[in-house]
Amino acid sequence: MKLRRVSAVAKKEIIQILRDPFSLALAFLMPVLLLFIFGYAITLDVDNLKTTVYDQDNSRESREFLSEMVRSGYFTVVGYPSTPAEITPYLDKGIARIAIWIPYDFSKNLRTGKESQVQVLVDGSDSNTATIGLAYVAAVADLFTQRMSPTRRLPPIEPRLRVWYNSELKSRNFIIPGLVAVIMGIIAALLTSLTIAREWERGTMEQLVSTPIKKTELLLGKLIPYFLIGLIDVAISVIIGIFLFGVPFRGSVVLLFLVSSIFLFGGLSFGILISVATKSQLLASQVAMVTSYLPAFLLSGFMFSIANMPQPLQLMTRIIPARYFVSLIKDIFLKANPLKFLAFDTLLLSVFGILAFAMANRKFKKKII
Amino acid sequence: MRTEDAIAVKIDGLTKKFGDFVAVDSISLTVRKGEVFGFLGPNGAGKSTTIKMLCGLLTPTEGTGSVGGYDVRNEAEEIKKHIGYMSQRFSLYETLTAEENIDFFSGIYGVPSDKKSERKDWALRMAGLEDRKNALTGTLPGGFKQRVALGCAILHEPPIIFLDEPTSGVDPVSRRSFWDLIYRMSAEGVTVFVTTHYMDEADYCDRLALIYRGRLIAEGTPQQLKEEYMVKDVLEIEVDDVVGAMETLERRGIESVVFGSLLHVAVEKDPQGPAKLKEMLEQDGIPVNGIEQIPPSLEDVFVTLIEVS
Repeated sequence: MKLRRVSAVAKKEIIQILRDPFSLALAFLMPVLLLFIFGYAITLDVDNLKTTVYDQDNSRESREFLSEMVRSGYFTVVGYPSTPAEITPYLDKGIARIAIWIPYDFSKNLRTGKESQVQVLVDGSDSNTATIGLAYVAAVADLFTQRMSPTRRLPPIEPRLRVWYNSELKSRNFIIPGLVAVIMGIIAALLTSLTIAREWERGTMEQLVSTPIKKTELLLGKLIPYFLIGLIDVAISVIIGIFLFGVPFRGSVVLLFLVSSIFLFGGLSFGILISVATKSQLLASQVAMVTSYLPAFLLSGFMFSIANMPQPLQLMTRIIPARYFVSLIKDIFLKANPLKFLAFDTLLLSVFGILAFAMANRKFKKKII
Repeated sequence: MRTEDAIAVKIDGLTKKFGDFVAVDSISLTVRKGEVFGFLGPNGAGKSTTIKMLCGLLTPTEGTGSVGGYDVRNEAEEIKKHIGYMSQRFSLYETLTAEENIDFFSGIYGVPSDKKSERKDWALRMAGLEDRKNALTGTLPGGFKQRVALGCAILHEPPIIFLDEPTSGVDPVSRRSFWDLIYRMSAEGVTVFVTTHYMDEADYCDRLALIYRGRLIAEGTPQQLKEEYMVKDVLEIEVDDVVGAMETLERRGIESVVFGSLLHVAVEKDPQGPAKLKEMLEQDGIPVNGIEQIPPSLEDVFVTLIEVS
């Protein structure tokens, strides 16, 4: 293998990327755009739940209960109906997701030591939000009860809870690192999927395959510029994640780039394999989207917990490299695990990378047909 | 090159099939070192397919061949080290400048670093682009593009060059200067294998092969082809009423071609031919100002050969 040939290809590719606005946008704008769109759009946290309150009691206690709810930060009161019939339109029209009905005997029962009841109506059409909202109401009610009558109703066991790695249980803290991984997977495959196909379509490949360049030299030369772009993208995404989305970064930067490099090599090689196999830019980009985006999004454990998937799907996730990268990058961000904890997944990523490159190299022929 | 003998390219029974379609049908020929070998034929005759097999880009279905002493079937990558190939389609990077394209191919062909700048200057000078080396290749006129492409294909000074329709779509002046380049390289001992469908260019070649529907139908020097393969005489007729003469000849089953105010007809070899034709036309009331036998052009030869096959 001659380094001069590799570097000639890499240099040519870099000039081409720099002169092509579309390639530049795909390389640098797209990851940032994806990060912003998904970073803001995907949040599994429920706060500022729109709430409507029908307070029949209108006592000191009921007002205390309501301000407890608002103080929690999870509820925002959007209206005060004055009759029970007025509650329904709030939920029907989606003005409020949750309705609280405090009966007229709320404070009386509290004072006389009887059980007080509060009616909670929830819009169940979004079951995730509904479940979380209900849990919040229950928690607020619990807190309120304890404060009003500290001697009574102490639970027999009191769990002292401590949440590790993501103490505020902010979904953003695990979504952003996962998102970085998913975006890298998509970008890597997309970037290189076009590169070989383009040369076939424009006729430049015919000249290239008539030269003494070796297959490996050509593929490596093609890979290097996109590898550098990928690393820059990782850096940009991580910086945005830390400084804009406020995700803590506890692990090692070196480890982050090591793992990212291995993953990028695999993703880029996979893109080249697609490009070599399809020889058409349109087809290649579509195949790259479907084979990188969908699994990375749905089966990597980024959106949906792998542990909750049916067994066959769980098995399928094992062959999806994004799965390992998502878990690795989350661990590096939040847990600061040393390499030995991450070694197995890193090894699997390396195997995937080498396999993808070897397949691309095998599939590529220095022939016209 | 491996061989020390005088043969640059030798193929025997070379055949390429694409499914049921036979693109190249058992072609055999030999090209000597330093020769300008013209490969002629209409579009779709199999010229490019043959050249691609010789460059190691296509694997032959049947037959054998060697280029520079290397086998086209098993030593394709060795061949690629010793040839320059310029494909029919423009194959440089249009978003790179002429200089960047040259640098790229210089790296790919492994031009030694002490020769690199000398070869680059040569290519730029040859293409006439010394002042425009920073222009994007895509913005250059056709003739310049063609010459840079040639320059890039032969930066490494290969002993054998394959040019596939190098002058198609180029203006006549650029075509002429392109052929001057080919001559110069040939004078330096380089073997040039060139395809074309311009018959006037065929006359510039040392030797020619005519290919039609995948088959080789004639081979030899331009002179040989004109003498040996021309089974008919070509007569040039000078008349005032060109159209009338054409109609008269057609009624008698003789095809004629207009060259300005003259008519060319191909007739069976016969020393009395001109006199007979003159008589025939004058019988029909067409006065003939002059009639004589002329040496056939390669176009005449080719048309006749295709009619025969």
